[in-house]
Amino acid sequence: MNAILRLVMGDAQADRVVPPTGFTARLTLFASGAMAFLTVFALALSLASGRLADRWAEELARSATLRISAPADQMAAQTEAALTVLRQTPGIATARALSNEEQAALLAPWFGPDLPLDQLPIPQLIEIIEDENGFDAQGLRHRLTAEVPGATLDDHTRWRKPLVDAAHSLRRLGWISILLIGGAMAAMITLAAQAALAANRQVIEVLRLVGARDTYIALAFVRRFTIRAFLGAAVGAGLGVLGVALLPAASDEGGFLTGLGFQGVGWLWPAFIPPLGGLVALLATGAAAQRTLRGLS
Amino acid sequence: MIELDQVAYSYGGGELLSDVSIRLTPGSFHFLTGPSGAGKTTFLKLCYGELRATSGQVRAFETDMRDLDRDQMAMLRRRMGVVHQDCRFLDHLPLADNVALPLTVSGRDLAQEQANLTELLSWVGLSNRASALPPELSGGERQRAALARAVIMSPDVVLADEPTGNVDWEMSQRLMQLLIELNRMGKAVLIATHDLGLIRAAKSQVQARVLRISNRRLQLAGADL
Repeated sequence: MNAILRLVMGDAQADRVVPPTGFTARLTLFASGAMAFLTVFALALSLASGRLADRWAEELARSATLRISAPADQMAAQTEAALTVLRQTPGIATARALSNEEQAALLAPWFGPDLPLDQLPIPQLIEIIEDENGFDAQGLRHRLTAEVPGATLDDHTRWRKPLVDAAHSLRRLGWISILLIGGAMAAMITLAAQAALAANRQVIEVLRLVGARDTYIALAFVRRFTIRAFLGAAVGAGLGVLGVALLPAASDEGGFLTGLGFQGVGWLWPAFIPPLGGLVALLATGAAAQRTLRGLS
Repeated sequence: MIELDQVAYSYGGGELLSDVSIRLTPGSFHFLTGPSGAGKTTFLKLCYGELRATSGQVRAFETDMRDLDRDQMAMLRRRMGVVHQDCRFLDHLPLADNVALPLTVSGRDLAQEQANLTELLSWVGLSNRASALPPELSGGERQRAALARAVIMSPDVVLADEPTGNVDWEMSQRLMQLLIELNRMGKAVLIATHDLGLIRAAKSQVQARVLRISNRRLQLAGADL
């Protein structure tokens, strides 16, 4: 506890006994800054993927389509029979047969706006919206097979699952990237700290000779590297946030790539990066200092 | 205070010290002599725990050094003043800060110790060099500074390895006087030196035992001194 307090408050005398550490200082600043910058993007990717996975899962899971392919003279009867079945099925909030105009609009991208639907054997589509409980797709299929032979239920599972899985994978990839970045940062700071400790071996020996305790010596190094890592990470995270803020805003036209930024409280996440960077440096330098000090008498 | 009991020390397959037994009691004054490479520095390092005895027991302040953890060893060293032959310093700190280093690491208020520091620097003739960095000091100045650092905490034991090797006769007598004053205050002093003249001069002022390391063993020196 005392050591933590001294780490936070600092000890001007202890800070002075450790000489300036030159390139290791710059390495720590640069490494933590670069890693924090990358972490912001990995975080943005992860959060955006999460949002996308949730939205896709929610939107697609709440709708289904019933397609009725029947001879023209039976189409109206089968459609009505299907709507009756759907209205009786628990878990379905609404079921609605699409009008000719709506079906024509769906086909317009492929066949143009002047498609004569009434002259073509186009299946009738029924849009199904689930309630919060959802419906039993398998049970509904069995009933439709018996009562509406021309009906085919598409609950979007077939193409919804790979999409949602892909979004979840992207989110996982983002988090793994953050872990790897944290590990790489710890490794770089450990190397920098070890270099600084090795370069100052004689200083440490003198301090031990005059009665300095390991905690005193370690804290002087740990504090220095922790502060540098924190500052480097703060600058890196700040630049990263600026970069994310300059990305194009989310839009339907731009698809997934324009939705990479943070949203709402998500903007607060990067604020955790500098303290975490400092914590990584504290643990890495502390471990390196303990190892070095144990090697001295 | 410091007691070595049948201590041996080996390094690289060869035995450097064998069957060494001695007690440094409060108020005792010892000189340690012997040819170069005889093991004087090794003996001192065993006394302050920089080296661990291969066999036998080293006790400091009633504690077996093998039982001490690293923090306890640090606390023990605050009660010892050590002058290294190579006078190690922190090269980025001015001389005054180097001399005050034992006070700094033990958390003493340097402002309160300023008068002692000034007096000590004056005693060793370094008042006008207080702000100099160690690389700027001559060999003699470094030795005087090392001795000042060793005694600033008024330690119970002073262990000095050739503390007057690079200073002139007058200054060496002055430094000896400082050690003799400490000894009169009840501190144990052990000085490793080649300088037989220094030993003879000191023996006229203080009751000192002269030890010699010869053939890896510690012996009481005879009438040649």
